[in-house]
Amino acid sequence: MANATVDARGLNCPMPIVKTAQAVKGLASGQTLEVLATDPGSVKDFAAWSKTTGNEIIEQTTDGGVFRFVMRKK
Amino acid sequence: MTVAEAPVLATEPEPAVEPEPEVKQRDFLIIAYSGDLEKVWAQMILASTAAAMGVKTRIFVTFWGLPSFVKPGVRITGENWMQRMMSAMKRPGIAHRKLSTMNFLGMGPWMMRKLAKRYGVSSPAELLEVAQMLGVEVMPCQMTMDMFGFKREDMIDGLGEPVGAATVIGLLSEGSSALFI
Repeated sequence: MANATVDARGLNCPMPIVKTAQAVKGLASGQTLEVLATDPGSVKDFAAWSKTTGNEIIEQTTDGGVFRFVMRKK
Repeated sequence: MTVAEAPVLATEPEPAVEPEPEVKQRDFLIIAYSGDLEKVWAQMILASTAAAMGVKTRIFVTFWGLPSFVKPGVRITGENWMQRMMSAMKRPGIAHRKLSTMNFLGMGPWMMRKLAKRYGVSSPAELLEVAQMLGVEVMPCQMTMDMFGFKREDMIDGLGEPVGAATVIGLLSEGSSALFI
């Protein structure tokens, strides 16, 4: 169970990343965030976001067009 | 967005790892020159994304880029007839941008807004708001402010001090990555 969830389903670039960044701000180091997105571009974008910010993607699954990511705050 | 609050999990103590060599991240600068809807959109998408990625982001707003940063509701700006006439011919405000192509008296932007809504794309105004929330620094060009007759009170809240070209060159020489949009 993640510490917080961002529902970015239906949102397009760049809002899934922006909403995630806003939510991560409210977390402490080591806490986790679950993100739900339907934007297929978000798969590559979250990888880039993770690489640049250092917040690790610890889980990534797809279920019927919904991409689910779990990130751990650096 | 729904942010569900959950109890804080106890975190395991991190195993000792070799610290990676710190790579100095470059700042990002957008030179917002255009006031065309599609380019303002690009300015706002890149600014909000860069800030969301933790990159220090600045927007230098100059020439046709500046009217996008006039407060909503401010219609006529300027002190003399030429400045006032310019604002009358080219309505300021981020919600009143026109497409550089396919404008068709506002039909193009209307369709763009419809399509954006359908495909979950945020408007330039919404993106500017989140960019400012994420700490993007907006630097208006002093010379353009003077020439167009924009006063500080005409402009949206949260703008930085007006600056000049030397500030831009200074940031570039210090290694900022820049885009001219």
